[in-house]
Amino acid sequence: MSESKIPAPPSSAGAPRAGNPLLEVRDLQVVYGGIRAVKGIDLHIDRGELVALIGSNGAGKTTTLKALAGLVHPAGGQIRYEGGELHSIAAHRRAAMGIALVPEGRGVFARMTIAENLLMGAYSRSDKIEIATDLDRMYALFPRLAERKYQLAGTLSGGEQQMVAMARALMSRPRLLMLDEPSMGLAPLMVQKIFATIRDIAALGMSILLVEQNARLALQVAQRGYVMESGAITLSGSATELLGSDAVQRAYLGG
Amino acid sequence: MEILLQQIINGLVQGSIYALVALGYTMVYGILGLINFAHGEVVMVGAMLVLSSLTAMLGWGVPPVLALPISVMLAITGCMALGYGIERIAYRPLRHAPRLAPLITAIGVSIVLQNLAMMIWGRDYHSFPQLFANTTHSFGGAVINDIQIIIFVMAVAIMAGLMVVVHHTRLGRAMRAIAENQHAAQLMGVDVNRVISITFMLGSAMAAVAGLMVSANYGLAHYYMGFLLGLKAFTAAVLGGIGNLRGAMLGGLLLGLIESLGAGYIGDLSGGFFGSNYQDVFAFLVLIAVLVFRPSGLLGERLAERA
Repeated sequence: MSESKIPAPPSSAGAPRAGNPLLEVRDLQVVYGGIRAVKGIDLHIDRGELVALIGSNGAGKTTTLKALAGLVHPAGGQIRYEGGELHSIAAHRRAAMGIALVPEGRGVFARMTIAENLLMGAYSRSDKIEIATDLDRMYALFPRLAERKYQLAGTLSGGEQQMVAMARALMSRPRLLMLDEPSMGLAPLMVQKIFATIRDIAALGMSILLVEQNARLALQVAQRGYVMESGAITLSGSATELLGSDAVQRAYLGG
Repeated sequence: MEILLQQIINGLVQGSIYALVALGYTMVYGILGLINFAHGEVVMVGAMLVLSSLTAMLGWGVPPVLALPISVMLAITGCMALGYGIERIAYRPLRHAPRLAPLITAIGVSIVLQNLAMMIWGRDYHSFPQLFANTTHSFGGAVINDIQIIIFVMAVAIMAGLMVVVHHTRLGRAMRAIAENQHAAQLMGVDVNRVISITFMLGSAMAAVAGLMVSANYGLAHYYMGFLLGLKAFTAAVLGGIGNLRGAMLGGLLLGLIESLGAGYIGDLSGGFFGSNYQDVFAFLVLIAVLVFRPSGLLGERLAERA
């Protein structure tokens, strides 16, 4: 594919485009179950940026995240992370390289305690003292989890499980945090809470790729966004631009 | 009353061996959803390796106190390598194949191992050498000998050790994580293939020890011994709830007790029509009963979607 597919640079809001983005995806193609789920997309995330990837159900957003995390193998294209090519690197190695994915449906270990789930997040780390400090940080960030440390994660509510999944991802001290539909299936109050936390984490300088069906919510916290439709990116720009765009208004914001 | 006590002792000793083997089945099932039907043969290979290395060393004049631990370590190492190889050759290439495929390769591996063992060790029964005076202790009218005591204590210690590994170490957490959600485990940085290999090696090490125990307990080993033992240990794992470690231990001990009590009383109950040689029937009656009345086993919760 041609080089002309590099996404439009952000115009007004958001961090200025750095010369060396944290993640740069070019012409990514994924074939999933015989279907071309991702048809050659380009996107990038700069350090410290919160980027939203929005689009309707089945647009290929989750498949894109899975390809970035190494759970599915792309049929073509490049994924450069911190300047290196990820293509031949297995999922578990990517986790150790600082790429964390909070998967759709959260993927908490239901038969493990919350504390064990968080320790699983730190699986690739060997700095015991720092791990203990980070555990305390997570319990401070999510006080509800602190009260339930030794409870099995499967007994928690959906919102609490989302907190476990996020805290677990943060325990790896990621340099790129990817969140897949964190609002899915949660009560409105819990959604607000989760998004407030996402904002807090971003404010600390974390680079985040946020996939959401709830476009308004995602664009309200993001600096930039991409709109994905049937496997291709159809629009990109600053979050304010996208929120104001007629096309996005009509398709995803209900008016 | 003496018979009852005696059968309980025999049942617990035999049951602790079943439990060790059942753990191997259940660990692999828990992680891969696969029944490693070649596991019984690993027990047999363990017994054979202990026996032949022990006999050889005693023949060279190595004192038993030295020969026994060396041959046990040899058998454990050999079985770990075997378990690793079985997974790499027979199961890993079929990780994403339909469920029936690895089941068939498992049976294939089992037949290959039996035949290899027959070629190497022959068709004869091998007797376990007498290493020390096996003192018999009697209490309450029942007897127990040193070997039985050692078997039971060792089995309990190994099971306790395994529980510590599974529940309190990084490796154990990784194993449980894979059992629940392989993709999520990978996202945490777990090298799934490596942990699966280690699981097979752990199960095979326990199988080697179980092989030593069986041959020491009966004083015999044979190339065919793994088949029935494997089936019974599998039954024990199903009885306890396959995939559940505590279930495998409970199932092993219960199956040992059921067999032993059944064999002890079947003569009286059937007016002498059946003798204790019908012992093996009980294990399979238990298997059928569990599959009919409680397919998830005593402690199992989730069988349906995995079987």
